[in-house]
Amino acid sequence: MTDMNEARLALVLRLADDHLILGHRVSEWCGHAPMLEEDLAMPNMALDLIGQARSLYQYAAELEGKGRSEDDLAYMRREREYRNCLLVERPNGDFAHTMLRQLYFAAFMEAYWTECLTSSDETIRAIAAKAIKEVAYHIRHASEWVVRLGDGTEESASRMAAAVEALHRYTGELFQSDAVTDAMAQAGVAPDPASLKPAFEQTIGPIFAAAGLAVPESDVGPRGGRSGIHGEEMGHLLAELQYMQRTYPGATW
Amino acid sequence: MSKETPLWEVFIRPRNGLSHKHCGSLHAADAELALQAARDVYTRRGEGTSIWVVPSSAITASDPSQKDENFEPTASKIYRHPTFYDIPEDVGHM
Repeated sequence: MTDMNEARLALVLRLADDHLILGHRVSEWCGHAPMLEEDLAMPNMALDLIGQARSLYQYAAELEGKGRSEDDLAYMRREREYRNCLLVERPNGDFAHTMLRQLYFAAFMEAYWTECLTSSDETIRAIAAKAIKEVAYHIRHASEWVVRLGDGTEESASRMAAAVEALHRYTGELFQSDAVTDAMAQAGVAPDPASLKPAFEQTIGPIFAAAGLAVPESDVGPRGGRSGIHGEEMGHLLAELQYMQRTYPGATW
Repeated sequence: MSKETPLWEVFIRPRNGLSHKHCGSLHAADAELALQAARDVYTRRGEGTSIWVVPSSAITASDPSQKDENFEPTASKIYRHPTFYDIPEDVGHM
C-alpha cells in the first residue's frame, strides 16, 4: 500500500513537472512573439499548462502529506528532484521548434488524458476531464503552424525539417515504461505510456503529411528526465523560474 | 506584413439568442489562423459562444464625407420613432 502511494505520488509529480516546465518555456514567448496575435496565443497555452500543473501539484502535496504546498513543490526543489521529460525543457529555438515541441507533447497528452477519463483515481479523472479540452486546442493551434511552416517557403520548410531532426528523438522518452508506470497501469490509475504510441502516431501522421514532413523512423535519443538527469538548459530555466521564491521565500500576491 | 497577413474583422456572439457583434480586428495569414487568433485575442474572459471572421477587404463601408447626406435627413422625422402611442398599463414594460 505504501509502495502504491509512493508510485502514485511519483506519477503525479512527473506529470506536474512536465506541465510546469513546458508552461514556463511557452511563457518565455510572452512579449517576444513575432506578432501580437501569437503574443496572446502563447501565454494562453502557457496558462493552460500552468493551471494543469497547479492541480497536479496540489494533488501531489496532498498525497505526500508532509505539509509542503503546491508552491514548495513547484519552486523550492533542486534540479535533480524535477522529473519532467527532456522534451519539455528543450529551449524555444525558433517558432518551428516551439510549435513542434507543443504538438509532440499535446499529441501525447491527449492520448494520455483520454485514457485517464476512466482512471480509478477520482482526482486524476477530474484533472483529465478539464485538461483534455485545453490540449485539443493546443494540437489544433500547433498543427496549423507546423503545416504552414512545413508547407510554406523554402526557408520555413528547412527550419521545420531542422526542428523535426532536433526534437523527434526526444519523443521516445514519453513512451518509456518503468516500475512507477507499471504499478499505476495495473491499478488502473494511468495508462502504460508505451501503449499510447499508436494514438500519438495517428495524431501526428496526417499533420506531418500535410506539412510535407517525413516522420523519422527512430525516436531513440537522450533520456533521464524521469530520474532527474536533465540537460544543461534546465538549470538556466530553473534559475529564472525559482528566482522570486528563492529571493523572497513565501512571497505571495 | 499586410500582404502576408491581411486584416480580418472579428465578430463574436456572446450568448445564444444574441447576434454576432463586431469586436475588433486582427492580422492572420488565412481564415483558420484568423479564427484561432480571434479565439485567443477576443474570448479570453468567456466573452463568446461563436466567432465569425471576415476579410476586412470584403467589407464595403459608407464614406464618412457623405455622413450628412446619409444620416442627417432622418433627424427631422421623429414620427418614425414609436413614441406617439399610449401603451396600456397592462402591457407592462416593452
